[in-house]
Amino acid sequence: MTAIRLSVYRYQPDSEPSASNAPKSDSESDPRRPKPYMQTFEVQAQPGMMLREALLAIKEQDETFAFRHSCGEGVCGSDGVNANGTNCLACITPIADLKQPIQVRPLPGRPVIRDLVVDMTQFYEQYRAVDPYLIRKDPLPEQEIRQSPADRDKLDGLYECILCGCCSTACPSFWWNPDKFHGPAALLQSWRFLADSRDQATDERLDALEGPYKLFRCHSIMNCVEVCPKGLNPTQAIGRIKELMLEQSV
Amino acid sequence: MAAVRSLPHRHFDALIIGAGGAGLNAALRLADADLRVAVVSKVFPTRSHTVAAQGGVNAALANALPDDWHWHMFDTVKGSDYLGDQDAIETMCREAIPTVYELEHAGVPFSRLDNGRIYQRAFGGQSQHFGGEQAARTCAAADRTGHAILHTLYQQNLRAKTHFFDEYFAVDLIRDDEGAILGALVLDIESGEPLVIASKTTLLATGGHGQVYRTTTNAFINTGDGMAMALRAGVPLQDMEFYQFHPTGVAGKGMLITEGARGEGGYLINSDGERFMERYAPHALDLASRDVVSRSIVTEIREGRGCGPNKDYLLLKVDHLGADVVHQRLPGITDICRVFLGIDPANEPIPVFPTAHYAMGGIPTDRYARVVAPARHGPEEVVPGLYAAGECACVSVHGANRLGGNSLLDILVFGRAAGTDILSYVAENPHHRPMREAYLEPSLDRLSRWERRGEGERAADLKAELRRLMEEHCGVFRDQATMAEGVEKLKGLRARVENARLRDHSQTFNTARIEALELDNLVDVGMATLMSALHRDESRGAHSRVDHPERDDERWLKHSLYLREGDRMDYKPVRTKPLTVDSFPPKPRVY
Ligand SMILES: Cc1cc2nc3c(=O)[nH]c(=O)nc-3n(C[C@H](O)[C@H](O)[C@H](O)COP(=O)(O)OP(=O)(O)OC[C@H]3O[C@@H](n4cnc5c(N)ncnc54)[C@H](O)[C@@H]3O)c2cc1C
Ligand code: SF4
Ligand code: SF4
Ligand code: FES
Repeated sequence: MTAIRLSVYRYQPDSEPSASNAPKSDSESDPRRPKPYMQTFEVQAQPGMMLREALLAIKEQDETFAFRHSCGEGVCGSDGVNANGTNCLACITPIADLKQPIQVRPLPGRPVIRDLVVDMTQFYEQYRAVDPYLIRKDPLPEQEIRQSPADRDKLDGLYECILCGCCSTACPSFWWNPDKFHGPAALLQSWRFLADSRDQATDERLDALEGPYKLFRCHSIMNCVEVCPKGLNPTQAIGRIKELMLEQSV
Repeated sequence: MAAVRSLPHRHFDALIIGAGGAGLNAALRLADADLRVAVVSKVFPTRSHTVAAQGGVNAALANALPDDWHWHMFDTVKGSDYLGDQDAIETMCREAIPTVYELEHAGVPFSRLDNGRIYQRAFGGQSQHFGGEQAARTCAAADRTGHAILHTLYQQNLRAKTHFFDEYFAVDLIRDDEGAILGALVLDIESGEPLVIASKTTLLATGGHGQVYRTTTNAFINTGDGMAMALRAGVPLQDMEFYQFHPTGVAGKGMLITEGARGEGGYLINSDGERFMERYAPHALDLASRDVVSRSIVTEIREGRGCGPNKDYLLLKVDHLGADVVHQRLPGITDICRVFLGIDPANEPIPVFPTAHYAMGGIPTDRYARVVAPARHGPEEVVPGLYAAGECACVSVHGANRLGGNSLLDILVFGRAAGTDILSYVAENPHHRPMREAYLEPSLDRLSRWERRGEGERAADLKAELRRLMEEHCGVFRDQATMAEGVEKLKGLRARVENARLRDHSQTFNTARIEALELDNLVDVGMATLMSALHRDESRGAHSRVDHPERDDERWLKHSLYLREGDRMDYKPVRTKPLTVDSFPPKPRVY
């Protein structure tokens, strides 16, 4: 069995000074605050091994290593990380596709809580800000609201988003204005409801996106599309929203 | 560790532990009724394992083929091998129809038929006219139904302004001297600080425990926490010997290939290329009940007709359906095959093997989702303030074997039922019961046990050992000797877990500590499973005893109850009387 080399980002905010080999920060504000560093590990390769399994093997060696994960099959969205400079889900990223030593860092641009665990609060706030739920004004029928297969097809490529955050944390506009620009994931969801033939809040949704930031900070750089592990296309969704705004304003 | 007195307290009308389909559907009902609701989840809500459900949710909408809730009821009772409680099953099958419409109104992007109605597919164990032709009862959003439902429910809870405690880990229930439940002690995973959530009512909606087995379709977080919390609060677990092995997990890896793949026309073959289900279930074939198909696969392999170099799996064929059907109706399965097997299922068959999947047993409840336990006056006394719903609960609608598509239904119907009953409970009991420091001690003790320093075995190693043990001693086929040995080994392991040590005692996002607390829970549910299985010397549904191959209704048409104290077994009768229709009496089960 061959060994795999990984270099992983470590940040242990409350590691005990004596028990840790981490370099200490010389920051004036808090001299005891530990500094992040990269640590190298070797783990045994397995056939078909995914990055998540390699991270689990690191945790076997060092139980202080922290990262989020759960389903192991790319559906829960827990384990977004940055591997060799690209955001991805660790559980569906084959080790074989990554150049070694594999550099594993937390998703960029978010405050780091510990090791690969980042604070996603603002990402979730932006999601909440687009009112991501179906709004009906008509009285509800006794049975289902009818929807043609063609109208239903319009939701494909939108509803599958797993909120992993790979896209928004790869988006330069979101790095600079995470408090004002909704970011690709939230805007994709905004379009998911605008595109739903059952939703009846088009005007309100569009009005809420007015202004220079929430929507219009997107400069179509497409980083989001490149990294989405579900193959979704937030840039296109953002374009559709802009088109709809234009249509409605004439 | 903070002193008890200084622990922060929060107060709510309803505390819901778990943000899967069951927890979120209960929360939605309560938040819409303006109750103060707290939802605690150890992961961000949309990461709950409901997200992984693929095939769909059952309801007799009759959109694709004729259907009737009463046929659905018959199939469920038969599927349960007559161990399901027929009052609860009637409730579920009737409620299925409005429940699915309600979900659709909430925004679930169901696939559609040409006339704009919800798409329904065939699943195993479904029939028209009480055992006649195959029915098509499973409402689907492609093969991502769980994802579609979970995200929609979370979104609606955002609208309703439910209060979420994301990434908080529930340690234990808080119980007073009279046995009433006053809330729970939880741990903020990010800060590592404990918090007391005092609540008039508490709903356990913590999902399943597939992680007790080595190979499973379940996520890393499915560790039976709620079940073990109930056990430690003195509540027994019901029917834990009935654990479902899904016939088609990806061989050697465990990811699920939905029964919907067979519902769309896929079938299984052995190394001779034979469609072997013709021999085991001549009528229902590959859509026989899950227990039947899983046993057939294992039998084929034992008799040397497995595929591959080690003859240790069988093949699921969907390639004859054409790329359009496969890619359109089964996009998630296509992804799994591409990523984990490097194949396109539209061109090549999928290697599969039965994989630990679903808990039929759990925390005993009535059809209002109230937890019931043996007490002074009988086996079914309500535990005041405590509710359970979803996979962690046992109503029991699945009895000895669950039908595909009935679990999403169960979590939604009984999650909602819990919400409804909590509303009336809180109206009748408007005040918090008094909280005393002493009530917190058992849960704080458990936390401090893992604070001990020094030498000791590692939790991670013991967990791996437990999972192998359960696979070897309590799998698809069981016998007395193997299980008795398993119980002895597990007792030894339990003692070793008591003495295990963490290396990492940091506070911030300490995942090693969470995993250690989960290990305590896995050991408790593992013991409940093994003990219940050892004592039931008959074969019924998913519980298949080589040494007792027949079902024995005279002695065993009853529910098992395992109590943690003294590893005791107790039993209670099956509720065979439905609410309004005639009872379905036990019959031999053929497909
Ligand atoms: C791969 C797969 C496919 C499936 N497909 C289908 C299908 O097609 N149709 C069908 O009917 N059924 C299906 N099932 C079964 C069904 O999906 C599950 O039984 C059901 O989703 C369980 O829902 P739940 O709400 O009970 O629990 P979960 O969705 O598992 O949620 C549990 C919740 O509890 C929380 N929790 C647990 N412990 C703690 C703790 N200690 N502290 C705080 N929070 C905690 C978790 O964070 C989570 O939010 C499938 C199951 C699997 C594994
Ligand atoms: S296309 Fe827009 S949203 Fe996507 S990365 Fe670029 S700026 Fe961000
Ligand atoms: S759009 Fe893609 S990358 Fe962005 S959150 Fe959704 S699934 Fe993740
Ligand atoms: S662990 Fe769920 S997406 Fe990777």
